[in-house]
Amino acid sequence: MDLFTAAVLVLDSTVRLTIPLLFAALAGLFSERAGVFDIGLEGKMLAGAFAAGSIAIVTGSPYLALVGAILVSVALSLVHGFASITAKGNQIVSGVAINFVAAGLTVLLGQNWFSQGGRTPQLPNTARFNPIELPGAAAVRDVPVVGYLYAELISGHSILVYLAFLAVPFSWWALYRTRFGLRLRAVGENPGAVDTAGISVEWLRYRAVIVAGIFCGLSGAYLAIAQSAGFIKDMTAGKGYIALAALIFAKWKPVPVMFACLLFGFLDAVAIRLQGTPVPLVGEVPVQIFQALPYILTCILLAGFIGTAIPPKAGGVPYTKER
Amino acid sequence: MFRQVIGAAVVAATLAAPAWAADVKPAVVYGTGGKFDKSFNEAAYGGAEKFKAETGIEYRDFEPTNDTQGEQALRNFASRGFNPVVGVSFAWTSAIDKVAAEFPDTKFYLIDSVVEKPNVRSVVFKEHEGSYLVGVLAGLTSKTGTVGFVGGMDIPLISKFACGYAQGAAAAKDGTKTLRNMIGTTGAAWNDPVRGGELAKTQMDQGADVIYAAAGASGLGVLQAAADAGKLGIGVDSNQNGLHPGAVLTSMIKRVDLAVYNAFMETKNDTFQPGVVALGVAEDGVGWALDDNNAKLVTEEAKAAVEKAKADIIAGTVTVHDFMTDNTCPN
Repeated sequence: MDLFTAAVLVLDSTVRLTIPLLFAALAGLFSERAGVFDIGLEGKMLAGAFAAGSIAIVTGSPYLALVGAILVSVALSLVHGFASITAKGNQIVSGVAINFVAAGLTVLLGQNWFSQGGRTPQLPNTARFNPIELPGAAAVRDVPVVGYLYAELISGHSILVYLAFLAVPFSWWALYRTRFGLRLRAVGENPGAVDTAGISVEWLRYRAVIVAGIFCGLSGAYLAIAQSAGFIKDMTAGKGYIALAALIFAKWKPVPVMFACLLFGFLDAVAIRLQGTPVPLVGEVPVQIFQALPYILTCILLAGFIGTAIPPKAGGVPYTKER
Repeated sequence: MFRQVIGAAVVAATLAAPAWAADVKPAVVYGTGGKFDKSFNEAAYGGAEKFKAETGIEYRDFEPTNDTQGEQALRNFASRGFNPVVGVSFAWTSAIDKVAAEFPDTKFYLIDSVVEKPNVRSVVFKEHEGSYLVGVLAGLTSKTGTVGFVGGMDIPLISKFACGYAQGAAAAKDGTKTLRNMIGTTGAAWNDPVRGGELAKTQMDQGADVIYAAAGASGLGVLQAAADAGKLGIGVDSNQNGLHPGAVLTSMIKRVDLAVYNAFMETKNDTFQPGVVALGVAEDGVGWALDDNNAKLVTEEAKAAVEKAKADIIAGTVTVHDFMTDNTCPN
């Protein structure tokens, strides 16, 4: 296999691995820009994945499963919202609690309903989001370079993949070009000012966590019914935390979030591809290096070597009107 | 109470077995993959259920969700008078080592690893021999001359599968290349089907058209990816041919069910013996699965070749190198 084909295949794998991170990081983006830290991305993804897996096997419809995943994830978001916005609780504690609840409850319910050790049964292809061939992909496949790129890299993904990449410009537009976005960002920086302008801080923050819930639901559904064929316990495997790392790495901005997720997805794809294959000059590289890189990069960033990452000023602080 | 004891003694006496042998109270502690992993643990469950169906004796089981719960569960069962206590995973090696010393009167069985204690029987499998057989079939079935292996956790035990498989594939057709990948280095590697699927896709991109998954629940992702791409997967431990009928070439069967069943039976019949037993092809402890789901995939010649390889191993004319003896693989 020549180098070009290998590179395209790694990029193709990158795209597949990036999607769950991208959805989750966008979820974190909305929530955290509104001043609600969301450590519970992982748990909401997991709950969404479980909902998607179980609804898909029962109804056979991936679309109903997607809706169900979003609803479950939004419900958890609202719990987080209630705890951290209305009840003014600690946002980190609430997020961690959601992670624990999701990790335990999915396995418990799964075991109870399907008796497969917390797994949902394997889905038939009709109950999943399958890769879609873009028009003309087969026709241009033999065109050198461009045709192959189009057929292999651009075409042949599930609808959720395209949705994820469309969500990036949409998020940028929503955050920077709409009144809602302006207020949402303001509420994360200076909720007092927003309140003074006569806008409800609480309602804005609730809307932000609902959006986060929707994105986490999409991420979970992608994991369970597009990338895999069913829910498996702990299938998020820390992706929620990597998404948080990506969010910090991208300094809480939508387009950089996409690139950070692509970078982390790429590292993962390279780790998979290079496993057991010697690299010229260096020899065999331990895969652990690539697996650790997202965290190492984020640490380096936080230590201030690659610019500085400044979180939204009012992040993590519940808003109290009068003292 | 007294009457019940008498009754039990009478029943036992009529069975011509020692009176106290009737109070077998078996317990199983599964591995962290979960009881219904369609693979290793499910086989253990099958063995326990078979014992229950045949003898009517109830057993208790426990599914640890992480590596620290195993020891607690084993100790808990032993302290409540369960006998035998069966640990179904190499992960419980040190746990059984400890707990067996605390309860010298309880019989312990350890599957997939070895503990040397007077009250422990260790049951290991010659997975390299079973893997060799499916390797032969893979080598003969592959059209590209490249076959794949996706392992779960990167431990010598899994390399043993890979090594036997590679030897079989190379023996079937000269120059057959085996791509080998491991999913991870922690226990999470048994539950990551996404990564398993990605590794399988990578191997298929590199030309592999038969992929053997020895990765617990992660293997489901490997078989799925192979089936999605129109290639063939090979299952492990239990018969996984039915997961994707027509897209799973065969399964390397490891008779964990037999090991658990025997553990219960030996304690019941009071024929417990400490030490290590290795179940290979000759003991029917490992083998390959042929049923309606894969009958069309296996040609007559291939079937004959695998059966010949099996006979050769039993006769001793073919020796499959065991990775764990020296941590190297000739292929």
